[in-house]
Amino acid sequence: MKRRDFLSNFSTVTGAALLSAHAPGWAQAVAQRASSVQDRILILIELKGGNDGLNTVVPYADPAYYQLRNTIGIKPEELLKLDEKVGLHSDLKAMLPMWEKNELAIVQGVGYPEANLSHFRSIEIWETSSKANEYLSDGWVTRAMRAGLGGKRKYTAEGVLIGMNDFGPLIGAKAVSLNDPAAFVNQSRLARVHEQATATQNPALRYLLKVENEISQAADGLRGDKYAFNTVFPTGQFGNSVAAASQIVASQQIDKAGGVPVMCLTLGSFDTHQNQQGTHAGLLKQLAEGMAALKSALTELGAWDRTLVMTFSEFGRRAKQNSSGGTDHGTAAPHFITGGAVQGGLYGKAPDLNRLDGNQNVLYTTDFRQIYTTVAQQWWGVNSDVVVHGRFDGIRFLRS
Amino acid sequence: MLNPTQMTSQQARHLLVRTGFAPTQAEVDKLVGKSAQQAVSDIITAAVAAKPKYPVPAFVSQPPPTPANQLKTVDERQEQRRAQIAEGVEIKAWWLREMLETPTPLAERMALFWHNHFATSQQKVVSSQAMWRQNQLFRTQALGSFASLLHGVSKDPAMLVYLDAANSRRESPNENFAREVMELFTLGEATQGGGYNEQDIKEVARAFTGWSVDRDDFSFKYRERIHDIFSKTVLGKVGNFNGDDVLNIMLAQAACGEFIVGKLWKEFVSPVPDTMEVKRIAKRFAQSGYAIDIALADLFVTDAFWAESNRGSLIKSPVDLVVGSVRQFGFSYSDVLPFVLKTAQLGQNLLMPPNVKGWPGYTDWINATTLLERKSFTQQLFRSIEPVANSSMNPEMNPEKNTTKGRMAKFKVGKAEATMALDVDAFLRPYGGRADGVPNDALKTTLAGVLLASAATQNIANGTVGAAYLRTLTLDPAYQLK
Repeated sequence: MKRRDFLSNFSTVTGAALLSAHAPGWAQAVAQRASSVQDRILILIELKGGNDGLNTVVPYADPAYYQLRNTIGIKPEELLKLDEKVGLHSDLKAMLPMWEKNELAIVQGVGYPEANLSHFRSIEIWETSSKANEYLSDGWVTRAMRAGLGGKRKYTAEGVLIGMNDFGPLIGAKAVSLNDPAAFVNQSRLARVHEQATATQNPALRYLLKVENEISQAADGLRGDKYAFNTVFPTGQFGNSVAAASQIVASQQIDKAGGVPVMCLTLGSFDTHQNQQGTHAGLLKQLAEGMAALKSALTELGAWDRTLVMTFSEFGRRAKQNSSGGTDHGTAAPHFITGGAVQGGLYGKAPDLNRLDGNQNVLYTTDFRQIYTTVAQQWWGVNSDVVVHGRFDGIRFLRS
Repeated sequence: MLNPTQMTSQQARHLLVRTGFAPTQAEVDKLVGKSAQQAVSDIITAAVAAKPKYPVPAFVSQPPPTPANQLKTVDERQEQRRAQIAEGVEIKAWWLREMLETPTPLAERMALFWHNHFATSQQKVVSSQAMWRQNQLFRTQALGSFASLLHGVSKDPAMLVYLDAANSRRESPNENFAREVMELFTLGEATQGGGYNEQDIKEVARAFTGWSVDRDDFSFKYRERIHDIFSKTVLGKVGNFNGDDVLNIMLAQAACGEFIVGKLWKEFVSPVPDTMEVKRIAKRFAQSGYAIDIALADLFVTDAFWAESNRGSLIKSPVDLVVGSVRQFGFSYSDVLPFVLKTAQLGQNLLMPPNVKGWPGYTDWINATTLLERKSFTQQLFRSIEPVANSSMNPEMNPEKNTTKGRMAKFKVGKAEATMALDVDAFLRPYGGRADGVPNDALKTTLAGVLLASAATQNIANGTVGAAYLRTLTLDPAYQLK
C-alpha cells in the first residue's frame, strides 16, 4: 500500500485533525514521557483458546473458589501470594521479579457485556474492539494507525506478527508475519514491488499484491546483523517468538525512520476442557519465562522503558469446573500488563464468585476497551474514540 | 444460463481446476466441446464411484496399541507416541499420493473438505488408527449423505476424543462438542443465523453424555451409566433426547443446509456466497436427505460458477498448490514425503488442522511467510531440474542427468528427499514450444492462460528459456489463484 492511500483514508484525516485542533490534556501529557511516541513498542501476547483466569490469578481467600473447583482448585500453600486475597499460579514465578519491581499490572475481571462464548467470534470482538453484536473489519491497532500513529513515521511495518497465521488486532494494517527475521529477509528477494496493486479489480489478487509490497518494505527495514543477546531465551516455539521479537527491536534505531511499533505473539492452546492442570501449568510457565526473557533482552537494548507488553485472550473459563477435570468456555479473566513505564499492582475488581450469570459465568468488572483506551491515549496519544470504537474510562496503569 | 453447452479450453480448465487439481493439457482436451452439464455429471459420477489406488498402510491392520494409561514407564509412553506420529505421517503420505495420482480428484477434494469441516487433530487424538478410520469415514461419505456423515462423525472415536465428548458425564457435561457441533458442523455461529443460545448448548451437551470411547480398541462405546436420561429442551423441542435425536433436530433446521452449502460455495465457487442461490440449493439439498452429490451438481452449474468475474477469485490451498503443480507439469517423483512436509510448511499440515474451525482458507492462506514459502516451493521445484550455468561448481546439487523422462534432480524438504524429473519438451510440445527455445508472443499468451487463472502481473525478461520461463511464470502472484 502506498502512503497516499493512507492519507486519503477518511479516518486518518479526522484523527489527525482531532489531534491538532483540539488536542486534549492526555494528548499533551503523552509527549512528556521519556521516549517519543514513534519509538514506543507495544507487544501483544495472545493466550489462544481462552485462558483459565481463575487458576492464573487465584482468589484463594474465597471459599466459593474451592467449591467451584473441587479437584482442580489450587491450594493456598501452592500459590505465589500477592496479597491477602489473591495469589499467582506457581508456574508464573518467573514473572515475580516484575511484580516485586512494581512494573507488573494485573487487571482483574476483564471482559465485555453480553459475552460471546465462541472462540472465533469472541477473539474477533477483542481484536476489532467491537461490541458483542457489532462486526468491524479493522483491528483496533489498525485503527490507531489510521488515527495518526501510522503517520508519525515511515515504519518498517506497522506491525509484525510472529508465529501467527492471522492478523489479529492488525487486520487491515500494513503488517507482516514471520517466524525468524533473518530467514524472512533472506527469502524476501522472491517478492516484487507492484506499483498498481490497489487498482486490481480481483480482491484475491489485490490481497496477494499487497502482501508482496509489504514484504519488500519490511525486509528493507529488517536487514542487518543479528544482535548477540546475553539473555538466554527459553526453548520452544514461544521462546523462539520472544527471541524474534527481541531481534526486531534490536534492528530499530531510535529517532530514525523505520522500526516496528507493534508486535503480536501467540501462545496456546489454553482451551483446557479436560484434565487441564498439567497443560495449563506448562503454558503459564512458558508465558512467564517468555515475558521474563523479553524483559531481560529489551533491558539489554535499553528499550524496556519504551515497551508495553499486554496479554489478551478470547475469554476466561467457566467458574465451575466440569466433570472431566477441565473448564468450559467462560467470560472475564485477568490480564497482565508490563513494561518499564508500567505502574505495577492489582487493578479492577476480582469478579464475585457468589454472583454468576445465567450460564454460571463470572460477571466482568473491567471492559477490555478500557485498557485499549489507556493505550490509545497515554501510550500513543491518538484519539481513543476512533481506536476503541466508543468512549471508555482508561485505567491508570502507566506511570505519569 | 452461463454454463456453456460447448466448453472451450479455458472453460474446461476452469471446471477441472475448481473441482479437482490443476489439470494436464490432456485432461483439458478431453472436455473441450462437451457441455458443462454433461462434464459436471461425469465428474460427479466418477467421484461417487472413486476407489483408492494404493493399499492401506500396514499399521492399520495391526492390533491396537496398548492404551497409554496401561503403559508403565515414561519411556514406553514416549515411544508409543513417536510410533503414532510416524504412522500419522504414513497416513498423510498415503493420502497425498492418492491426491497426486487419482483419476477422480473431486473425491479427494471432498474428503479434504470434510476433514477441514470436521477438523480433528492427531496432536490431541494421538491414535493413528483412529485418525485413519475417521479419514475412511470422510472418503466413504465424501459425496454421500451429509446426514449420515454427521451421525457418523459424532460417534467417531477420534472426534469424541478431540472435542472431549468421550469423558462427558451427566453430573457436569462437557460442552465442547455440543457447542462446536452447532457452531461449526451444522448451524453456524449463533448470532450469524445459527439461531440457538447458550441454554441450547447445555441441553445438547446433556443429550450427548454417554457417547464415549472404549479405550481398549478405540471403538465407539455407549456408556449408559453416565448418560443423562432426563428431559431436554433443544431449539424449542422437548423430549428425552439422546445424541442422535439432537443431531436430527439440527438437520431439520433450514440453517443447516444453508450453512453447509454456503461453505461449499466458498470452496468451489467464489469467496462471497450469493444468499438467494445458497437458499435455493440448500432447499434441494435438505429435501434430498442431504445428498452431497446433488448439492455439488447444483453448485457447479450456477451462473456464479461460470461467471468470468469469478475466474481466479479463489486462492489455492497449499495442497492445491503442491499437488496441482506436480500434476499439471507432469513431474515424476520417487517419494511423496517432501510434499507432505511442504504442505505442512505452507500452513496445511494434514491431520493437524490448527483448531476445530479447520483451515479458514482464502486470504488466510496468505501472509508474508506463507507467500514467500509458496514462491520458494515452485522456485525449488524448477531449479532442481533446470540446467545450471556452471554445474561443475556444484555437481551434487544439480546432477543434470538427461533421461527419457527429462532432467532428474533431488528435491529436498527438511530431511525428506525425492528424486524428481520433468520433461520440459513434453510439457511445451502441445503448445508448440521447446525446452531450448525462447517463447514467441503467441506461446507466451498461451502459457499464461494455462498456468495463471488471471492476467499476469509481471513481465518476464526477454531471452528467458524453457524451464526458467515456466518457473518465472509460477512466481507471478497470479499463480496462487484458481
